[in-house]
Amino acid sequence: MKKYANPARFNRLATKLIPWLAWPAGLCISLGIFLGLFNSPPDYQQGETVRIMYIHVPSAWMALFIYTTMSIACASGLVWKHPLAHISARAAAPIGACFTFLCLLTGSLWGKPMWGAWWVWDARLTSVLILFFLYLGFIALHHAFDDPARGERSAAVLAIVGIINVPIIKFSVDWWNTLHQPASVLKLSGPEIHSTMLYPLLIMATGFMLYFSVILILRMRTLMLERRIRIMRINNIYQTATTEKN
Amino acid sequence: MRVSILILQREVRLAFNQLGDNAMIVLFFILAAILFPLGVGPEPKFLADLAPGILWVIALLASLLSFEKLFASDFEDGSLEQLALTSAPLEIVVLAKAAAHWLTTGIPIMILTPLIAVFYQMPLSGFHILLVSMVLGTPTMSLIGTVGAALTLGSKRGNVLISLLVVPLIIPVLIFGTAAIEAAINDYPTTQHLMLLAAFFLIALVFSPIATASALRHALE
Repeated sequence: MKKYANPARFNRLATKLIPWLAWPAGLCISLGIFLGLFNSPPDYQQGETVRIMYIHVPSAWMALFIYTTMSIACASGLVWKHPLAHISARAAAPIGACFTFLCLLTGSLWGKPMWGAWWVWDARLTSVLILFFLYLGFIALHHAFDDPARGERSAAVLAIVGIINVPIIKFSVDWWNTLHQPASVLKLSGPEIHSTMLYPLLIMATGFMLYFSVILILRMRTLMLERRIRIMRINNIYQTATTEKN
Repeated sequence: MRVSILILQREVRLAFNQLGDNAMIVLFFILAAILFPLGVGPEPKFLADLAPGILWVIALLASLLSFEKLFASDFEDGSLEQLALTSAPLEIVVLAKAAAHWLTTGIPIMILTPLIAVFYQMPLSGFHILLVSMVLGTPTMSLIGTVGAALTLGSKRGNVLISLLVVPLIIPVLIFGTAAIEAAINDYPTTQHLMLLAAFFLIALVFSPIATASALRHALE
């Protein structure tokens, strides 16, 4: 793992990895959408609206997964000062925020026909909304300082503090009586939904995961290039200033 | 221990010297409390129903206003660095800061809430729980506030940013503080809500000084 914390080596590996991740991502998402829309049965209670689930549930998983990896990256960045750890957290945050937003949006589109309301203030929905604001706070804190290194470390502390919300989201449906239904896939006793619905869901989740990896690697490379451009600019200014002096 | 008591004394003395700042926060609290009946209408039944929620929301907003000042002046004049160099660990300094903040803003707000509850015609059966929930909730807010204040120290848009960072973390206190009072008014058991509030306080007491001290160290680097 330590070997790949070197930015140059990471760059070489990333160039090789991207096609191997991007094509399967596109394949999985298109296959998942096809199966979800055309090749899976409507629900006996929810009817056709159940198909929203194939976007909603994987986005919710991604929202939690990305936040957790982000906090782990931040913690390792603070402890071991890996150059890539903070960059990966910073690259992941907007993607996670988008997945959280997608999850809230699809949830509310599903909620209107099913519950009769775009939004209800139950524990699951509120805790996911809090997650969305934690992502926004993380991004805002990154941009709040003149010294980028300071913003990086402040945001890292926030990400670690906010991790407390992740188990709350996961178990909110068990701890409180929520309108949101409890978990039916990620259970110790095995998934409780039929395979015709389970397979499209898992294929979509795999597709989302691969998509996240591709965008993450692309964004990390962009952020590293941005950093290099900034350093080169500063060097340029410094050099012109010294030559003018002479 | 001696150092922490000295720091606490210094903070309280400083807060009393700047009474104007704290008076503004209390004034804001009262103003916000006046706005609600004017905005939603003076119907007594309606106001009584809303009272627990409104009281907690304005207590939260008033304390949000005061977080920006927590470390800012000490950071600017360099005394924060001196505090970091004392023999006491930075976590203890943070605890003393949070205690001073609670003494100077939490307690005035706590004293005012029953008064405002009277003006909102909240049923008398909720008053003792209102006080207990405030006693448990306001120190939690002070503690979480130190985290937000330390993280944004020296940033460009301090105050708005603090709100964005702190509000998501304080929401549980608001939810269970309000729930406890409403349960008391409607004759339901309140213990569970109060125990959760106490749990939040203990969690914040343990973890927020660690997070704040770590953020302060980064700010001072």
